[in-house]
Amino acid sequence: MISAPDVVAFTREEELEDELWSEPPLPEEYSVPLFPFASHGANPWAKVASSKFTRDFILISEFSEQVGPQPLLTIPDDAKVSGTFDLNYFSLRIMSVDYQASFVGHPPGSAYPKLNFVEDSKVVLGDSKEGAFAYVHHLTLYDLEARGFVRPFCMAYISADEHKIMQQFQELSAEFSKASECLKTGNRKAFANELEKKLKDLDYTRTVLHTETEIQKKANDKGYYTTQAIEKANELASVEKSIIEHQDLLKQIRSYPYRKLKESDFHPYEPECALDQANAGCDQDLTTSDLAEPGDTHLYAQAPSYTPKLIKAKSAKCFDKKLKTLEELCDIYFFTQTLDQLHQIERTFRGDVCYLLTDQISRALLKQQSLTNFLFEDVSFLDEKSPEKQYRGCQGLSQDAVDRKCSEESSPPKVVISLGSYRSSVECVPIKMEQEIEDSQEPKMPESVTFEHQENLDYLDADIKGSISSGESIEVLGTEKSASGLTKSDSQASLPVSPSPQVGRSKVGSRRTVSEDSIEVLSTCPSESLIPEDFKASYPSAINEEPYVDDEEGGLRFTPKLNPDNADEQEDVSKQENLVQVDSACCIGKESPNFLEPLPDLGQKPCDEDGVVRIPPQPYRQAEPGLRGSFPCHDGISGGLLPYELDSRYLTGNREVSKSSLDECSDSTSYISSAASTGSDRTPSPAHPACQASERHKKKAGQNALRFIRQYPFAHPAIYSLLSGRTLVVLGEEEAIVKKLVTALSIFVPNCGVYAKPVKHWVTSPLHVVDFQKWKLIGLQRTASPAGVNVLHALSRHSRYVSVLDADSKTLRCPLYKGTLVSRLADHRTQIKRGSTYYMHVQSILTQLCSKAFLFTFCHHLHLPISEREPEEAVVNRRMNFLRLQLGLANEDIKIVQYLAELLKLQYIQEPGRGVNPLLRFDYVPSFLYKI
Amino acid sequence: MLRWLIGGGREPQGLAETSSVQTIGEEQIQNPYTELLVLKGHQDIVRFLVQIDDYRFASAGDDGIVFLWNAQTGEKLFELHGHTHKITAIAPFSSSDASEEKNHFILTASADRTVIVWDCTSGRQVQKVSCFHSTVKCLTVLQRLDVWLSGGSDLCVWNRKLDLLCKTSHLTDAGISALVELPKNCVAAAVGKELIIFRLIASNDGSEGWNVLEIKRLVDHQDNILSLVSVNDVQPEIKLPQSPNETSVQHLTSDEECVFAAIGKGIYVYNLQMKRVIACQRTAHDSSVLHIEKLPNRQLISCSEDGSVRVWELREKQQLPAEPVPTGFFNMWGFGRANKQANQAPKKMQDNTPMYFLELVGDLIGHSSAVQMFLYFGELGLATCSADHLVILWKNGERESRLRSLRLFQKLAQNGDLQLKF
Repeated sequence: MISAPDVVAFTREEELEDELWSEPPLPEEYSVPLFPFASHGANPWAKVASSKFTRDFILISEFSEQVGPQPLLTIPDDAKVSGTFDLNYFSLRIMSVDYQASFVGHPPGSAYPKLNFVEDSKVVLGDSKEGAFAYVHHLTLYDLEARGFVRPFCMAYISADEHKIMQQFQELSAEFSKASECLKTGNRKAFANELEKKLKDLDYTRTVLHTETEIQKKANDKGYYTTQAIEKANELASVEKSIIEHQDLLKQIRSYPYRKLKESDFHPYEPECALDQANAGCDQDLTTSDLAEPGDTHLYAQAPSYTPKLIKAKSAKCFDKKLKTLEELCDIYFFTQTLDQLHQIERTFRGDVCYLLTDQISRALLKQQSLTNFLFEDVSFLDEKSPEKQYRGCQGLSQDAVDRKCSEESSPPKVVISLGSYRSSVECVPIKMEQEIEDSQEPKMPESVTFEHQENLDYLDADIKGSISSGESIEVLGTEKSASGLTKSDSQASLPVSPSPQVGRSKVGSRRTVSEDSIEVLSTCPSESLIPEDFKASYPSAINEEPYVDDEEGGLRFTPKLNPDNADEQEDVSKQENLVQVDSACCIGKESPNFLEPLPDLGQKPCDEDGVVRIPPQPYRQAEPGLRGSFPCHDGISGGLLPYELDSRYLTGNREVSKSSLDECSDSTSYISSAASTGSDRTPSPAHPACQASERHKKKAGQNALRFIRQYPFAHPAIYSLLSGRTLVVLGEEEAIVKKLVTALSIFVPNCGVYAKPVKHWVTSPLHVVDFQKWKLIGLQRTASPAGVNVLHALSRHSRYVSVLDADSKTLRCPLYKGTLVSRLADHRTQIKRGSTYYMHVQSILTQLCSKAFLFTFCHHLHLPISEREPEEAVVNRRMNFLRLQLGLANEDIKIVQYLAELLKLQYIQEPGRGVNPLLRFDYVPSFLYKI
Repeated sequence: MLRWLIGGGREPQGLAETSSVQTIGEEQIQNPYTELLVLKGHQDIVRFLVQIDDYRFASAGDDGIVFLWNAQTGEKLFELHGHTHKITAIAPFSSSDASEEKNHFILTASADRTVIVWDCTSGRQVQKVSCFHSTVKCLTVLQRLDVWLSGGSDLCVWNRKLDLLCKTSHLTDAGISALVELPKNCVAAAVGKELIIFRLIASNDGSEGWNVLEIKRLVDHQDNILSLVSVNDVQPEIKLPQSPNETSVQHLTSDEECVFAAIGKGIYVYNLQMKRVIACQRTAHDSSVLHIEKLPNRQLISCSEDGSVRVWELREKQQLPAEPVPTGFFNMWGFGRANKQANQAPKKMQDNTPMYFLELVGDLIGHSSAVQMFLYFGELGLATCSADHLVILWKNGERESRLRSLRLFQKLAQNGDLQLKF
């Protein structure tokens, strides 16, 4: 096989490309896929060359009020990563992207400083000179000592590949929102603590001042006040004021609604416990402190160890003091959580965008094969990610976008306004109570009027087109916040209601609106921060009440693009598409010759309710430029699969692609891997965090398996044993060797359920029948001791249930295999070199096998008589005929499919909540001894 | 090192002369059991299996726990705790008179000197009798009379409400080891070396009183009687298990024609009409056969201390002119020397009477310790219990596969997945 990078390079030759377009000399399935972004006139290495960093990284910067924009840390925290890339310069760039100018402090007309619960803003920008493109996530953290109590920060995902940023925008935004939310939660906690300390200080100061004044009063019998006394009184007054201010701030920060995150990986700061503590503390504190409201929640009890300090009247100048570091700004637990999340993000989005997309497609497809995916795939990670996201990211989105585009062509892009919010201090009620109020109000809320809003990506889109080609070094590709900031007054005037950024979130009726992060495209973004409505933006206070009232009465709300018309439209489109596919599938089903072909679409068809798979499982391919023209709106939209998705040629071409022979399979897989290696990131690595470890495992397993099939001439019967459910025992003295073999062979073991693979790497005790029921691949220790004799005795006793691979003497004892399937799976002359490639090859063959098993399992007449009188033998005959002729299985291959079918049946008929009753199926077949 | 593996089980059949135990290869075409289900739960030796109805059975053993299983699915239905010692006897007891549906109970006797009646539908303890002076070693239900008998150091007769109807005097310290129902309201009880036949006589006053009369005492055995079987309804004849010195008769079973005896490691078929052993397998297992049972289809299943279960088929031997079986073959029996009757069998076999032999059609290997007992469930399969604390359900894989398909399509129809969605 030609190594893939060469191939890609070759296709870049201009004349060849022309030739290809003018008169394709080869059928499409044989042509080498073009570099995905050829239409942009870039060569695969151009961008890489121009960038000064070696791989994607995450940069956290801050706009320091003392020194301006400065980089704080990078993830991975490695100087090599950023290389010669000027982080300072880039920090300046990203921080100077119109960061939402949130006004915090004393709003005019308000007596106290108000905290603004600002949402994050998400921006994509590119610096073509630096060859850097970034997803920038701005956020603010609270700092009591900072100007306006806020410190602007940003987290940026920096990559040399702009397409990655654009196409993974949704995912990036979702992930960063989570991280940001975590950081902010920790920050709020830290801020509240800080405020409490400050309040203690102030209280202490006040007491001190008070006593001093009293002493002075007593000492003073002259009848007039000394200047000293007046000064003290003033000071006291200012302290009192400061106390009230700080109490108010504390109230505000406390009243931030803490949502319960579904993710279990971090536990948001729960205010309940604090409140409890507060109430406990209140009883004693109330007597001592003359607080304005008795029900207030001031925690003096929370930090009992804290000894209050006397506060000087004048605080130090801004520039004299050292600003808190990011770490100090955030509760340490949340800080580490955030860092972990960021690391996870870095790992997730590492690698080439093709790889990411392919992975997303295959995951989405796998998810839809709900009946068979458990067999050979690790389905545990499928559930982890929100399914909608996967689904939408992969296919739904594009259609939505199209429909939307079509239906709303006329409507001007509406700017989504994310109103910051603030609450008046009178409204201060503990959160729990508020919850009740909400509940009671819920029914009163009228059904919200649908508010269409424009996908802001359209916007982005327009921007991209213009800006990328422009010579400017920084292009702001799209920013929501800036827009909303500009049109703030405008929108307030035009919108009668508070356009709470609750987009299609289910919290209807709650007074807290759900704040989407500011780019509204991200309606699928799983991290939704709850912002109380009463935390209205700190607009001029005159306007504050109005929208509030409106909201109380349940004004208009934004809902996502789910009005029925649209939905129908989508349905129609998908139906039409489905028809195309179903048609072809049906023909295939009827005609036996085609039936023999693997049918990727057939396998999935009956299993999903909400739509048929519309994307063939094929490597990512670039759509022709002509198509791009016809679907201009797709260009650059983050759902990366759009272009070919609607391409009818791909739909019909499905079969051809799926006909891919072994060689082609390996070609295309290696294409992926090579593409990954030539991409922006020179550390090609898996896309999904959950399978991060397993990915490495897969690679290793693939490599070991490759070695195994090359090394052992009897690999086929061994693999057949595994595929047909006969336990394979790898016997050996050395644990490392045995474990290696077990790892290698584990990729052929079908799962019995959704749990871990039935593989036991190392056993030293005699095996029992229960073990064979539970494990399908066992590494067994051979020792010379008497115990070892027992082990061997047990093994020979159960020899009918097991195949034994002796790693020491290199022998295999197992039933004969004469089928053809395994030889495709494990060809010892295979040209595949890389472990991961081989793994993918195995996966594809096994997927074909799964679809066969699926067909076999779910064909009614193959298992049950058509008529009542039909004898069982007829059914058996039909079944065997189907297996032999229709599925093209020979000899022992039939047993493989039968075994898989049994597993499918067991999985399907199992009662929910109860696991599959493990059973051991076996055959009375003679075994043979294979030697090298 | 792997020599033991090479060609394991490839030896030709019928090597009874050379190898001690007949073996069967890995190819067992007639063996229907191609699927097994391990039922875990017991913490000690499982000794008893008893069938409750068509699909349920109970297992009990030395851990004093009774488990109720679904023979179809292998599902554990109930876990009955109540005994503090090992269970010594178990008997199913169904009553149908009260209402239409049958109420299934099981009686369990334990070394804690109690007998507990369990309700199989609710899994609850119905009643507990604890007035025994000794461990009840056997339980027999006389369905016809709606009474049950418990045999320990004395024989007690109970009705279903657990009223003691009558009891015998103290028989022996060793106690009754086996009880079997005979016609004419008689029961035979094995007490040590003696066989005592009792008759139950309804008391004259017409109430629910019963009397137990000792009718006969048979003292032919030289050793303790281990097993009893009722052989014939017409004439109350009892097969008297002989107890030779070397081996002992572990278990007996019978159908109309024959008595099947598990003697030592071997299995012997004694024809009642011909009054002689018509077939035998001298070393059917590696060690003592613990339980045998005749299946309706001329098959015989035996289980043994060696942990295996074997399926035999009684076949008529082709009368070859040159019969390779030497006369001395049968004379070599240890059994033959001690048993005159059996001793004559080989000689008679030389006559032109039909000859039978037991052919091994399959063996089931799964237990790692002595298989104490098994229960044949017909189509549902075979349940075996063993000293390795396990109960294994052996099933016909083909049939199970078919049933699963059926269930699958039923569920598909239920879920509405069968409708076309396109």
